[in-house]
Amino acid sequence: MWHASNAGARGRGALSGMSSSSSSSAAEIVFDHVTKRYANAPKPAIDDLSLTLPAGDICVLIGPSGGGKTTAMKMVNRLISITEGDITIDGTSVNALDVTELRRGIGYVIQQIGLFPHLTIEANVATVPRLLGWDKERTRARGRELLELVGLDPDEYGKRYPAQLSGGQRQRVGLARAMAADPPLMLMDEPFGAIDPITRERLQNDFLRLHEEIRKTVVFVTHDIDEAIKMGHRIAILREGGRLAQFGTPEEILSNPADDFVAQFVGADRGLKRLALRRLDEIELLPLPKNGDKRLECPADTTVADALSAMLTAGATDLVVRGKDGELTGHLTFDVVSRLLAAEEDEVRA
Amino acid sequence: MIAALATPLAQAGPVIPNFGRGDECIRNNGRFCMHWFLDNFGNRYVPRIIEHVEMTLIAISIGFVIAFGAALIAFRHERFELPFANLSALFYTIPSIAFFQIMVPITGIGWLSIEIALVSYTLLILFRNTLTGLREVPTEAKEAAEGMGLTRRQTLLRVELPLAAPAIIAGLRVATVTTISLATIAAFITPLGLGAPIFSAIQTGANTEFVSASILAIALALVADALIVASQWITTPWARARRSK
Repeated sequence: MWHASNAGARGRGALSGMSSSSSSSAAEIVFDHVTKRYANAPKPAIDDLSLTLPAGDICVLIGPSGGGKTTAMKMVNRLISITEGDITIDGTSVNALDVTELRRGIGYVIQQIGLFPHLTIEANVATVPRLLGWDKERTRARGRELLELVGLDPDEYGKRYPAQLSGGQRQRVGLARAMAADPPLMLMDEPFGAIDPITRERLQNDFLRLHEEIRKTVVFVTHDIDEAIKMGHRIAILREGGRLAQFGTPEEILSNPADDFVAQFVGADRGLKRLALRRLDEIELLPLPKNGDKRLECPADTTVADALSAMLTAGATDLVVRGKDGELTGHLTFDVVSRLLAAEEDEVRA
Repeated sequence: MIAALATPLAQAGPVIPNFGRGDECIRNNGRFCMHWFLDNFGNRYVPRIIEHVEMTLIAISIGFVIAFGAALIAFRHERFELPFANLSALFYTIPSIAFFQIMVPITGIGWLSIEIALVSYTLLILFRNTLTGLREVPTEAKEAAEGMGLTRRQTLLRVELPLAAPAIIAGLRVATVTTISLATIAAFITPLGLGAPIFSAIQTGANTEFVSASILAIALALVADALIVASQWITTPWARARRSK
């Protein structure tokens, strides 16, 4: 829930007319005691991993290098084979399907994007529909729809080649291509990793808004904890040796790390990170102060973290919150923030 | 030097130089007599040009099929690379005039001997360039292709070969220009192509005939090169696509 509002609050721009997108079913992914061993390695790359990724959620796999996050993801579309255990998509084992059929039914986005340089943007997006034998008109219409969906004008960009686009635009095309056949599951391997911070933030926000619309199950690999917290409905933290350290919502992981490894991994500022997950209109504020002294003001859709930062920057110890309709709705002090974090911590423990 | 070499070995039939008729230029054996060239272009040189083009096309076609097949095998199975590369390099080291001569006792005088030698010289560059082109296809494009469910064959036909095309075509350019040049030496064993008037002019000392044939061979190579460049321009528009602001 935080997630929708977060995106709504900060996302801007490129992904407007999204209503035309078709929303397909999403698939539930289950990792059932999955182990991956390589022939020459003494230790497994993935060690007895069990996870249930609910349909329609963005599930982030994160961990230090050597944690096996990409390995785990690539076992879903069988780019890497499973040694023991099974992965099921809506109850069907990935090994029960023909490998090319399996892959054509899963959207796949990689960090280096992997657009085909010799094909136009249109033709790149049409790759999987063509493999599936869609007729020309349907393929073309779907391509245009998708380019619009990711914020690229099909008339302007459709006939260009990948070399004529910026990195951010290319990654948008990569996204459109992955969604072309409307797969119920998408695998994204550090999709925004090679993009400059400003463009990355925009792509993240746009993707979150897009996901609100399409509601596909997404397996999202990253090494950036901030990205994981921002993007994930659920986060699986893997530790070296491919063992699961913790699996939960961002709030659960931030407020109640399972062990020292997770606490260290999410960072000493995990309290502040949690504040970035909540907006002023979602928390309990104090009643407005009686005296009418002039105070710092903040709109209600600001995150608590941003509000706190505004207070610190201005040298203030409190601020008042203005709601959407222009009325002042409450009073925020440092005490409110401290109690908020403490209360949530108790809630999770109980 | 070539003349000294060629004279005792020449198998070509006698060519009677056309000194009797013609203007003053040709009677004095001037460096290059344009009138004589224009008068004789149709009946003397056009058939030679056609032969030359035929020799080249056959050699390039056969050479390409062999080298391309070998490159595909080496691309899939690395252990074949070294034998193919070494064999084609070995052919390349044989002096051309010797190669043609060596073939005569084996396959006789005529097209077969010429083509065997010409084909052999095309293999190294065509094999190398095709294999390099295939190997330099960006790994992310291949990974994306595999992840999206293209079969190996589809990946080869739809991704790898189109992306290797510029390297393959570059190899074809070099092979074609080289073959056109080498094909003139084929006349050393059989009077075919533009090499025939060159060899005969070396023997008779007819300057205009020598210069005409040489210029035509050069022009042929330039035209062939331009045609290949043009075909590359048409078939790989993506290769020159750059971000324009």
